[in-house]
Amino acid sequence: MSEHMGDGTASVPGTATDAGSGPAPDTGDRNGGLGAVPRLEVDPLLDDPATRIVVCCGAGGVGKTTTAAALGVRAAERGRKVVVLTIDPARRLAQSMGIDQLDNVPRRVPGIEGDGELHAMMLDMKRTFDEIVEAHADPARARAILENPFYQSLSAGFAGTQEYMAMEKLGQLRTRDSWDLIVVDTPPSRSALDFLDAPKRLGSFLDGRFIKLLVAPARVGGRAGMKFLNAGMSMMTGTLGKLLGAQFLRDVQTFVAAMDTMFGGFRTRADATYRLLQAPGTAFLVVAAPERDALREAAYFVDRLAAERMPLAGLVLNRVHGSRAARLSAERALAVAENLEEGRIVDHAAGQTGQGGPEAASPETPVSPTDNGASAAAPMDSAVPPSVARLTAGLLRLHAERMQVLARERRTRDRFTALHPEVAVAEVPALPGDVHDLTGLRAIGARLASPEPPGAPATAPPPAGPTPPAGAA
Amino acid sequence: MSRLQVVSGKGGTGKTTVAAALALALAKEGKRTLLVEVEGRQGIAQLFETEPLPYEERKIAVAPGGGEVYALAIDAERALLDYLQMFYKLGGAGRALKKLGAIDFATTVAPGVRDVLLTGKACEAVRRRDKQGRYLYDHVVMDAPPTGRITRFLNVNDEVAGLARIGPIHNQAQAVMRVLKSPETAVHLVTLLEEMPVQETADGIAELRAAELPVGAVIVNMVRPQVLDEDAVRVARADHREDIVRALTAAGVSGAERLVAPLVEQAAAHAQRVELEREQRDVLAKLDVPAYELPLLGEGADLAGLYRLARQLRKLGVGA
Ligand SMILES: Nc1ncnc2c1ncn2[C@@H]1O[C@H](COP(=O)(O)OP(=O)(O)O)[C@@H](O)[C@H]1O
Ligand SMILES: Nc1ncnc2c1ncn2[C@@H]1O[C@H](COP(=O)(O)OP(=O)(O)O)[C@@H](O)[C@H]1O
Ligand SMILES: [Mg+2]
Ligand SMILES: [Mg+2]
Repeated sequence: MSEHMGDGTASVPGTATDAGSGPAPDTGDRNGGLGAVPRLEVDPLLDDPATRIVVCCGAGGVGKTTTAAALGVRAAERGRKVVVLTIDPARRLAQSMGIDQLDNVPRRVPGIEGDGELHAMMLDMKRTFDEIVEAHADPARARAILENPFYQSLSAGFAGTQEYMAMEKLGQLRTRDSWDLIVVDTPPSRSALDFLDAPKRLGSFLDGRFIKLLVAPARVGGRAGMKFLNAGMSMMTGTLGKLLGAQFLRDVQTFVAAMDTMFGGFRTRADATYRLLQAPGTAFLVVAAPERDALREAAYFVDRLAAERMPLAGLVLNRVHGSRAARLSAERALAVAENLEEGRIVDHAAGQTGQGGPEAASPETPVSPTDNGASAAAPMDSAVPPSVARLTAGLLRLHAERMQVLARERRTRDRFTALHPEVAVAEVPALPGDVHDLTGLRAIGARLASPEPPGAPATAPPPAGPTPPAGAA
Repeated sequence: MSRLQVVSGKGGTGKTTVAAALALALAKEGKRTLLVEVEGRQGIAQLFETEPLPYEERKIAVAPGGGEVYALAIDAERALLDYLQMFYKLGGAGRALKKLGAIDFATTVAPGVRDVLLTGKACEAVRRRDKQGRYLYDHVVMDAPPTGRITRFLNVNDEVAGLARIGPIHNQAQAVMRVLKSPETAVHLVTLLEEMPVQETADGIAELRAAELPVGAVIVNMVRPQVLDEDAVRVARADHREDIVRALTAAGVSGAERLVAPLVEQAAAHAQRVELEREQRDVLAKLDVPAYELPLLGEGADLAGLYRLARQLRKLGVGA
């Protein structure tokens, strides 16, 4: 069922060619082919004592949790005392960081090198909510709220509860002031904006007009058109009662009344945490994959941060594909692969060195096996053994696929940078495996901070420059 | 051959895309399918490049072979108003309730009410018949909430247990459960060959089974082409570099000495990925659910790509 992406005949604009033209990642460009786009300088951001909160936002699945954890590791190993608030780490990552038990408090992560410290935790939204209740009410009252069925469904996962509680926890960590730096992961909502909007939405809903009416119909009705409102209210509570059950409505009323006197409203609370995000010392990183949807989300988020006067540090473009062989274009690689597979290639190398260079045997003028058989002039010629031809063709097809991915990602990225030329960007390559331990996080952190293009492995020597165009001597 | 096919999966794995492709695939010659969305995101309209869908069934595509695909974006508030109208003949008071926020309140605040309304509407479409007594839709395909919420979403009876024990919501929940737990329904989970979505799929299947909801298939989406088979990868790792350089040079590629290292490196990375994907396939195989694979579309899932996925699903016989 596997099908090749594209059929090799499609042209890939912007792809580097054999002649080494175009912004190929293996040209040693300091900025991974990003040209004039400002580079996101991660280390200065992490090292700056004024940076107190880094928030990693983005659409679902792009690598927010991984980026947050990697930044935490890097900042700690550069000497800071860091806490990472993760929301939904992959199981193996949580295990390797020792935060897989949900106790809703930061744990020190073992294995960090240097003088810094890394603490990490995984958010438990229900526990966080329970703790707010416990912190604001006497034990009897707290118990009543915790046992309220409406509270239970609210805290177990209402739309927006996770975002609300993530903000709460961030507020708590900041208030404790035990860390130099807090790195926050954000919930896996589809839209990055949910992190900013969901708490307020939930807050407004819980503080909303209708709930207020439900809790204190007489009080509100007294002010305006009492008769009408009372009639309206009883019709409404009657209808809702039939629909939802009178008991349920009473649960909601009891809950809202109790919470209201406890801390003066959800909306107020949500607003207070929101302001923390506007405070100096907070920096946002937008994480995106080089895909259309993810970058569209990123663009919305960038605009929104500007509107809210929230400081954007930059864009982390995660899981970017690169190639150190980018000067070999996809079309060329496919053409050569085809020739190799059709057995049209003859090994001239042994007998014909220095005859106009290797370019002489171009794929366009293949030497067929019959020619070879008839050729007495080159007795040392031998056909490339079929197994080697197949293998080489496989490598070339793989390369062509990668180059097509690379070109597509680059087009997508360029569309974003054209619209937002002011946004600093750091590219992180797609690692072949998952990222699930400190070693992996370190590798991501190093790539975040280093200007090396995504094609190169973290440990490789600087790649060779492009070959001069053949015949351009 | 379930008449209601529910498509869930981890966010971003391609639920909307696969649901739409499935609706196209099932709309064979002379058939009609309904594609419904329940999360108010207008994902279907975006995919089919049309205006936002109203709360009204309308034809959005003709499938390969001539079948028809209709679409509906279910709106919980509108569905609730419809019910209230039907059961309590509210008239204009319904609008007043909406204006005061009571409808929003009821569909937001009470666990399960929204879900009952959404699943209820889908089940109603499943059972609807025309004048001749034939089903109006041969299949209804639902672009459902993600794996993490799907069991709660479908298990509406449990969810509304804390609410009024009589009245329309409860009756509705029971009618919905009868359809959802029957062989008329199949819940498919979309995944990628990556650790997190596969894990979520395994957890989701366990939850669905525990709730006695019928699990259909696992649909592995965005499967990358197997360019280099595993043997070739092994060969690339062994020291064949000189052979490769010679072959490249013979084929007219300049600077082969410098290309060979990155090419072999790419092969090694590919081999690692192939191995990881194999591990994930093994995990999926142990789930005892049929799994089907859909290719990664190079240019993303645009309309042309969608039809390609639909043809593939039809060829594989998914859901049929
Ligand atoms: N640069 C990368 N290369 C390879 N895999 C990555 C990379 N970044 C993230 N991943 C993997 O992608 C998956 C999703 O990442 P995660 O950080 O959990 O995303 P999010 O928090 O945005 O949902 C994880 O399995 C993670 O290991
Ligand atoms: N087989 C595929 N090949 C390439 N891209 C795909 C494929 N399936 C889905 N996509 C893309 O992946 C993204 C997420 O798909 P979508 O159907 O919206 O997922 P979900 O509904 O699960 O969030 C979209 O940009 C879509 O175009
Ligand atoms: Mg995450
Ligand atoms: Mg969707």
